[in-house]
Amino acid sequence: MMDEDDPMAEIRASFFVECEELLEALQDGLQIMDDGEADDETINVVFRAVHSIKGGAGAFGLEELVRFAHQFESVLDGVRSGTIEADRNAISVFFQSGDILGDLVRAARDNDVADDSRIQGVMTSLTAMLGADAQTVVEEDVDDFQPMGLSLDLDLGGDNNSTPSLPDLPDLDTMSALPSTEVFEDGYTIHFLPDSSLYTSGNEPLHLLRLLREMGEVAVTCDTSALPSLSALDEEKSYLSWTIHLTTDEDEDAVRDVFDFVADLCTLTITGPGKPDPDMPPPDAPPPLSKDDIPATEAPAVTPASPPPAAQAPSDVHNSKPAASIAPMPAAPKKPAVSAPKSNKPRPTVRVDLERIDRLVNLVGELVINQAMISQSVAEAGLPANSAISEGLDEFMQLTRDIQDSVMMIRAQPVKSLFQRMSRIVREASSMVGKSVRLKTEGDATEVDKTVIERLADPLTHMIRNAVDHGIETPQDRVAAGKPEEGIVTLSAGHRSGRVIVEIADDGAGINRERVLQIAIEKSLVPENAQLSESEIDNLLFMPGFSTASKVSDLSGRGVGMDVVKSAILALGGRVTIQSNPGKGTVFTISLPLTLAVLDGMVIDVSQQTLVVPLNTITETLTLLEQDIRALGAQTNVIKVRDSFVPLLDLGFELGFRAPLGSYVGFIALLIAQEDGTHAALVVDSIQDQRQVVIKGLQDTFGRVPGVAAATILGDGKIALILDPVDVVANANGRTRSLQSNLQLAG
Amino acid sequence: MTETQNIIESAEIELLTFQVGGQEYAIDIMSVREIRGWSKATPLPHAPNFVRGVINLRGTVLTIVDLAERLGMGRTDTKERNVIIVVHTGVETVGLLVDAVSDILAVNKSELQPPPEMAADTEQAFVSALMIADERMVRILALSAALPSENVEAA
Repeated sequence: MMDEDDPMAEIRASFFVECEELLEALQDGLQIMDDGEADDETINVVFRAVHSIKGGAGAFGLEELVRFAHQFESVLDGVRSGTIEADRNAISVFFQSGDILGDLVRAARDNDVADDSRIQGVMTSLTAMLGADAQTVVEEDVDDFQPMGLSLDLDLGGDNNSTPSLPDLPDLDTMSALPSTEVFEDGYTIHFLPDSSLYTSGNEPLHLLRLLREMGEVAVTCDTSALPSLSALDEEKSYLSWTIHLTTDEDEDAVRDVFDFVADLCTLTITGPGKPDPDMPPPDAPPPLSKDDIPATEAPAVTPASPPPAAQAPSDVHNSKPAASIAPMPAAPKKPAVSAPKSNKPRPTVRVDLERIDRLVNLVGELVINQAMISQSVAEAGLPANSAISEGLDEFMQLTRDIQDSVMMIRAQPVKSLFQRMSRIVREASSMVGKSVRLKTEGDATEVDKTVIERLADPLTHMIRNAVDHGIETPQDRVAAGKPEEGIVTLSAGHRSGRVIVEIADDGAGINRERVLQIAIEKSLVPENAQLSESEIDNLLFMPGFSTASKVSDLSGRGVGMDVVKSAILALGGRVTIQSNPGKGTVFTISLPLTLAVLDGMVIDVSQQTLVVPLNTITETLTLLEQDIRALGAQTNVIKVRDSFVPLLDLGFELGFRAPLGSYVGFIALLIAQEDGTHAALVVDSIQDQRQVVIKGLQDTFGRVPGVAAATILGDGKIALILDPVDVVANANGRTRSLQSNLQLAG
Repeated sequence: MTETQNIIESAEIELLTFQVGGQEYAIDIMSVREIRGWSKATPLPHAPNFVRGVINLRGTVLTIVDLAERLGMGRTDTKERNVIIVVHTGVETVGLLVDAVSDILAVNKSELQPPPEMAADTEQAFVSALMIADERMVRILALSAALPSENVEAA
């Protein structure tokens, strides 16, 4: 198909990227409608998003997408004109339609097939909503929109059609339905006919038109009648002229100033409100097509494969890529939303290949290491702190950190897109189990590293499904418990002390601890007479092979349990905890590092090895006193921390660096918090420093090294391993007292 | 087995020869990335004996394999003059700790002989071919067999 052709594939790709943005705008709009805060503009935004997708899809001959988008659009048009009421049911259908629209877009992009039965179902709902006036709306719209394949041997000749049949690119037709020029009787009428030399001197009519738009309300008509047939076309000649109706408070000189630089490169007529300008030739003067001996880089509207410059107007013209036909450009400040579906985020953006960013991130990582090395050398050289080099170095450190933060921010993305996907999961999951559940999201704008977002999608999906399936009660039970029939799942994100916290809360019945314990005993996950605390029981959910659903629904019973969720989150350097309140609901809290590239760590020494322990895993550090250490068994010790006893583990021994020392008085212990809230103390020889380190992945040469999360490079250029202390504790042997026997030394 | 293929496909190859535990080995020079002096490696806990640890190779973490230990000839007693040969196998980059680098030989593939079947030496699997250079026997190292991942899978 078309995607074999390179330029076409590119346009196609950018169409799909644009579709994703439009779908996001659509979701936003629907959410606002759902929250009951919609105004006329909201429905317009929603309508335009669908319409633009339809337009683009038409250009690429994606018939299925066009058909569905068209139906959806017709209904939205009904809402817009007030013939269809957007009640809760309607909005629910809209949400489903939005989902399907997204499916279709993705199916078209990946040359996949979308689920036809669902499409038909939603199509039927949409048709039902259209009801009696379905026919009229449909027909009316067909006139206004003709899907047109985009072909490269396009004939711009226009013998039979004064408007060249330009490719129907996405958004091109968005504007065509908007009010035309008649409104602006009282403004200026500008006839602007550029000479060929205007283009050859590097000027661009588009910029002039934009300048005019900034002055007030404009309506632009492009006259393409001078365009010859394609074969007769001289690509260095200027054929287009514009008629601009401008309503502005500025005086005529100001308007004329816009054309100041091109005054001698074009034919310009400006007619003020009321009187015609005597200095200027009549508006319909013949176009002086001259000066074509000057070599031109590009003349507009004549390269068949690409639209004219006006139509190439980048999206920062508020997406109103004016077609070669009538394209009014409403003044941005007055009616921004009409001209710009995305006007709520007008900041210009650049799309950059992720690989380039990653390279930059790596380079900055190198820079940080290098800076640490220099600092160390300077410190070793024993220069005074107020010497020029030390001061310069301090500044350098500050800059390095700033650069690092900025680079990390490039990779950060708001969690919004992820949360939007979750709202779909809630809709589908709730309808599958026959519950009425609503997703509330908070902190959509929280920014998290892109990789974290990507890798969070699966665990989050699972947890959301769980919340709907297991967390929220059936409607009957809810009513019986005096709760509203509709359950609420709240998904929130926020930054807390340098980490990202994602919470999934439901207002369901909470964890049925009795039942959880019973199942765990049935599955021999815990001994029958086990005495477990409430939080220990809650954490049984994370054990492999655990599933509480008393009936196997479509959602559960997939063989994927919360243990997979937990390990996925652990792999991201995150932690997940449960809080359950019987009758009130359950809250899962995921705490994630802001970025996967740097980490705040404590640099420690043990058996002459330097290691880094992630700071967030250490709850406190203490120096061991003789009275703190108590023997537990023949080979193990515990230490007394305030009123509780904590197992004492020798890090050097656990990593195979040395034999148990026997006596640990005077050593330093790091108190490590486990997932279940219990602690363990890791003995180290000394603490060097506390600093930010750049995470370097270990090669997968040996699979995973137990107890080691990654590596980093220290200021002296040596590699230090970054510990996963929770893993160390989990796999710990615990021997701290035995004499030299069965010793396994590594390294 | 990329290095074996290389040997078969081109008529003439260049080999880097080096000393390991008193024996002379060689690898296809195309798989050699660089040669650098020994610097102390950071040991990895619970790693196989022949893995000496990791070093910092300009910002990447490089695993160091003690080739003598790997070939069953005992742990290399590291001194200043020991050398790390950084090799890339197409899958991963690994540093090989050897005693010393000797020479670069250009040889015709017809000079390479298959090693005889000898059951007693486990290291035999790591030799893909033999050749004679100045009356000395040079063993062509089967790189992929000597790398840790292969061993871990087999074990």
